Order: sequence, then structure tokens, then C-alpha cells
Amino acid sequence: MKTGAKLLIEGLQREGVETIFGYPGGVVLPIYDELYDSPLRHILVRHEQAAAHAADGYARASGRVGVCLATSGPGACNLVTGIATAYMDSIPIVAITGQVPTSLLGNDAFQESDITGITMPVTKHNYLVKKAADLPRVIQEAFYIAGTGRPGPVLIDIPKDVSTGTVEIELPREETVTLRGYQPTYKGHQRQIDRAIELITLAERPLVYAGGGVVLSNASGELVRLVEQMMIPVTTTLMGLGAIPGDHPLNLGMLGMHGTEYANFAVTECDLLIAVGVRFDDRVTGKLDTFAPHAKIIHVDIDPAEIGKNKQVDVPIVGDVGNILGEIVIRLQKTGQYHPWLEKIKGWKKKHPLRYKDDGKLRPQYIIQQLSDLLKGEGIIVSEVGQNQMWTAQYYCFRKPRTWITSGGLGTMGYGLPASMGVHYARPDQAVFDIAGDGSIQMNIQEFGTIAQYKIPVKVAILNNQYLGMVRQWQELFYDRRYSFTELPPVDFVKIGQAYGIDGIRVESRDDVQSALKTAIDTPGPFILDFRIEREENVFPIVPPGAANNEMIGGSNS
Amino acid sequence: MKPHSLSILVENRAGVLSRVTGLFSRRGFNIESLAVGTCEEPGMSRITIVCIGDDAQIEQVMKQLNKLIDVIKVSDLTGNERVERELAMIKVTVDSGASRSEILQIAQIFRAQVVDMGTKTIVLQITGNTEKIDALETLLRQYGVKELVRTGKIGMLRGSKTVKSGK
Repeated sequence: MKTGAKLLIEGLQREGVETIFGYPGGVVLPIYDELYDSPLRHILVRHEQAAAHAADGYARASGRVGVCLATSGPGACNLVTGIATAYMDSIPIVAITGQVPTSLLGNDAFQESDITGITMPVTKHNYLVKKAADLPRVIQEAFYIAGTGRPGPVLIDIPKDVSTGTVEIELPREETVTLRGYQPTYKGHQRQIDRAIELITLAERPLVYAGGGVVLSNASGELVRLVEQMMIPVTTTLMGLGAIPGDHPLNLGMLGMHGTEYANFAVTECDLLIAVGVRFDDRVTGKLDTFAPHAKIIHVDIDPAEIGKNKQVDVPIVGDVGNILGEIVIRLQKTGQYHPWLEKIKGWKKKHPLRYKDDGKLRPQYIIQQLSDLLKGEGIIVSEVGQNQMWTAQYYCFRKPRTWITSGGLGTMGYGLPASMGVHYARPDQAVFDIAGDGSIQMNIQEFGTIAQYKIPVKVAILNNQYLGMVRQWQELFYDRRYSFTELPPVDFVKIGQAYGIDGIRVESRDDVQSALKTAIDTPGPFILDFRIEREENVFPIVPPGAANNEMIGGSNS
Repeated sequence: MKPHSLSILVENRAGVLSRVTGLFSRRGFNIESLAVGTCEEPGMSRITIVCIGDDAQIEQVMKQLNKLIDVIKVSDLTGNERVERELAMIKVTVDSGASRSEILQIAQIFRAQVVDMGTKTIVLQITGNTEKIDALETLLRQYGVKELVRTGKIGMLRGSKTVKSGK
């Protein structure tokens, strides 16, 4: 005889789960009691949102499904931002919530919330489990759905009487999950692949536009092979950074709103756009009509709904990015030559590099560059959201996939610190930096408690400008410098760290950046760096909202 | 922009209707009519939704529907040879013997059935396509329609073709 709670823990173990992030409460007491002497490692966060972000960070860094656990009502509701973050970036997590007993469902019972209803729009699927005997099947399905096809979050809501309910017989476990409503396509359509190969062979100015799908599908090897064989330049989205090494000669860096000028020029002038694992997001395309206006478009994605959603394409290929790129590489008869198109791009790169004023003041771009040089592609960089995120995306040289962990689609401030905790447990061998702003870090600053308690060696680098910097930048550029509610009073983050028992240093001069970063790396356990940066530094270049990608401002021409 | 009838085969599970309708509202599609019921396959239900949109919008809504785990198959009946029916019940005011016989005459012409008759009202039941029901309603308005209930539209392909699982 087994309880539902026992079946849950066993189910998680069968799925290979080692670490879960959670916060206890009334209706999950039976589950926590079962966890007490289970081999699963449970990390106690300080707010449920952090549990969801940590599970998400774990998933992004490892490629496996991350797991978080919360109680009903407020606990479950606090997960929602984290689940929505994972949903927007297609990150596989399984969120487990407690629920009031089935007899009280719908009764406005204490700490009741309709979490399956609430999360319907932000989960790939969710379950309200009504009896203990269903748990093994539901857990197996949940992990299968979360981790296959286009990945995404799945929520399992477990009423208290289901956790305490018992099952008499040992339930047989199916080897594979079959769901008649869910059969993802992995293999590309042959005729479409033929057409893609033909277009690639004929193109004079081809460009690859690679996104998070390349990272999720572990396809960066296939991507690099394809572009090297055909000598095709590559630009990546924010989520695609690391899919091709940042210093690869064919890499043009990020495109879009804060992309490089040369990437945006290349998109505007290319005659073939090979879009892989991307979704033509508005932050990438700018004004849609002027995005890749001269190009035929090949779009490879596992989700058929992304194809043609924002932009009509010429060759749609639904399937796993890695499979399809691999097949294209094998079947391509030709190899590419160094051609005039690459020469043109080289000219743009030289004439319009990313740049900032290096005048001896403490500027954030310099800090990121120094960190990039120090870590040499080792370590994993997590970011918060806003200017800190964009400077990191622009100036850090990501050399490997899954070393850049950021909330792209939802743009969740407060994501970075809790996500880095998950990253650490996924890759304990790696140095983990959370690049933060003073605004973002204060959205989940309570997690200093978690990293202190478990001595999680996350290095938090706060680019402290005493502003909500990205919003302030928009107010400066587009709202006549009316800084409406974007100034933050100075906070002494080193002292906050000390209160939690975390060491840190404040850095006010450019000359101290290197030694401060080294100290952080060399100090075991967590560490806080409070960089007092130039307050009104901007992220440039920028494509103004509604403008075409080649109408950037703040670039090297202005 | 024209009405499309989507036939959606779903798992007969709690919450499936809210998953489907939630998707329409979330993605900004309007539902013109909706009908749900069990079907020939045990454990499945069939939903017929009429919505208005251009081809790209309808394609997008079908793709998004297909992504729902509980959705087994989605077909657009529009553009195929098909039969579509709606049912309506109309409660009409009767204030004189003359109007009563006129209403009954209209009912006969439309092949509507009288399902209830009281001293002051008649309830007519009619099945047919949307236009037929609209036409009857318009005619009856002059006598005073006290209440009108319509089912959503249901539809089926003509011939041996079916909307079955196996997506």
C-alpha cells in the first residue's frame, strides 16, 4: 500500500529527478513528509517565484526537465510568473502544486486557488489529479510533454486527499507515453528540405537567423557545420547567443532592437534568410514589412504554429532543428566560397562596431568585457532583465550553448538570481555569474537567503545606476527626459549581503574592476559585486519602436 | 473574412472546453457559435465552432488548437461539401385568433414544428441553416418574439469522408 505522496516521489525519481526547488505549506505537508527521508535534494527558496525560476535555470543549463514544488493558493499563484517565463522561452519544467482536498474544491476553501485555470494560458498542459492511482501516469505524461516537441512548462495540481490517499496494488508502468492528441513532428518534410537545399545553393547573400530553438534542440554542432561548409554568416537572437561561438568569424552577433548594426544591415540586404528555431518576435523584426525585405525565407521550427505566424515564408520546414540541419548538411553537394557578400559584411563590421565611450569612467560595457576575458568562455552567465541584460548580450563573448541564461520572451525582472541557483545545481562544475541591475536584483533579493543557506557559489554582479535603467533610457529618448518613477535611492548591496552572511565589495573605479572580478571568482561560495556605474549610460544601438531595423540610433554613425 | 466551421475532436475530459474557448479569447478570435457533445468514439467529444477570420487567421487558430494536448483533430469544414444544421426554439406572442393562424401558416411554410401552445404563446421549433432560422425569426418579429434559443451550428462532411482521429 502506497500513499499518493509516496507515488509522487517515486515517480519523480523514475524520471531521473535529483533536485527540486520548493516551499512547504499546509496542503503539501504529506509530500514534504515523504521528502524528509527521500534521496531527492530539496532546496528551500524564500519565495515560490524563485522556485519556478530555479527549476527553469536548471532546465536551461542542463537540457533536462526542472522541477518546483509549492503549496496551494498563494504558493501556487506565486509560481505563475516563473511558469509564464518558462512558457515564453519554451523551457521544460514540471511545477507541482498542492491543492485543497477534493471535497472542498470550488468552495473558496482556505488557501484555495484554481491554479489549473489560472495557468492554462501559460502552460503547455496541466493536470488536476483527482485520485492517487492516477499519479504515476500523470507524472510520466507531464515529464514527457514538458521535455518533448516544443518544450514547455507542465503543472500538476495535487489535492491533499490525493497525497494522503492510498493505492493498494503496484501499478504497472507503461514503457512509453502515447497521447493521441500529442505527436510532435521531428523529421523534416523531404520536398521542403530539397527546396531549402536548392535555395541555399543558389543564394548570393544568404544569412542564418538562429534562435533559442537551436540551443533547445542541442543543434549548435549542426548549425556550425552548415554555415562553415557553405560560408554563410549567422546572426542570433537573444535566446540563440552561444549557438555559434561569439568569436566565430561568421558570427554577426545579435540582431534586432539592440542588435549589432552589421547584423541588422545583413538582414535588410540578404537575399536568403534561413530562420532556424526562431519566431520572428517583434523585438527582432522591428517593423515587419521592412524585415528581410529582399529575402526568400526558409523557416525551420518544431512548432508548426510559429510558421507563418508573423511573417510569410517561402519554405516552411516543421521538425527538430538538429535533425533538419543535419540532413541539409549531409545532402548539400556544394561547399561555399568566400564571396563578395562576406566582404561587404566585413566592411560593415569594421565601420560599425559595437562601441562605447571608454573614458576612464566606470562603464558597464567594460565590466562585461573584463568578465568575458577572465572567464574565457568557461562559466555560465545569467542575467536579470533590462540594460544589464542587453549589455551582457552585446559585450560578453558566449562560446558555448547553454552558457547564457536569460528571460527573453517574458522579460522577467528578478529572474536572474533564482535562475542562477538552478544553474548551479545543473552544472556544479561551472562558475555562475548573475549580471543584475539594482532594480532587478531587488525583485527577488530575498534569495540571498537561499544562496547563503546552501552556500551556492553564485557571483552577483550588480550594475548599480540607481535607476530602472532601461525605462529611464526610453524616457530619455522618447519621453523628453521626463524620468517618471524610474529613480531608485542608493542601496548598499554589500551591507545587505553581510546581513545574510555573504561577502561582497563595492566597486567605484574602472581600475578596480579586474581585481574585484578575480576576488569574486576566487572566493568560495556566493559573492556580491556592487558596481557603481555611470548613471545615465545607454544601451546602443537601438531600433526605435516601430522603426525598420536599419534605422538604428546611437550606432557608430551618430 | 468569412465564417469558418471548425470541427474539433477532443478528449472528453474536465476542462477541455475551457482550454479550447480560452485559446480563442486569448489569441483574439471571436466565436460566432459553439456546439459540444459526445460523438461516435467513446471518450471523445466533438466541438463545432464557427468563427470569422481571413485564411491566415483561421490557419493560425487551427494550428494553435492542434497544440492543445487534449485536442485530437481539427478540421475546417468550410470549402468542403457539407451539411450544416442549427436548431432554434422561438416563443411567439399570440394576441388574437387571427395571428395564431398566421403564425401556424408561417410555421408550416418553414417546416417548423409547434412544440408548445398556450393561451398567449406558441413555441416553434425549427432546424436548418442559419439563414433559414434568421428568416423565420424576422417574420415572427411582427407578432412579438418573447424568447429565442438557438443551439450552435453543427456540421458534417457529405459522402464517406469523416473528421476522425489520427492527426
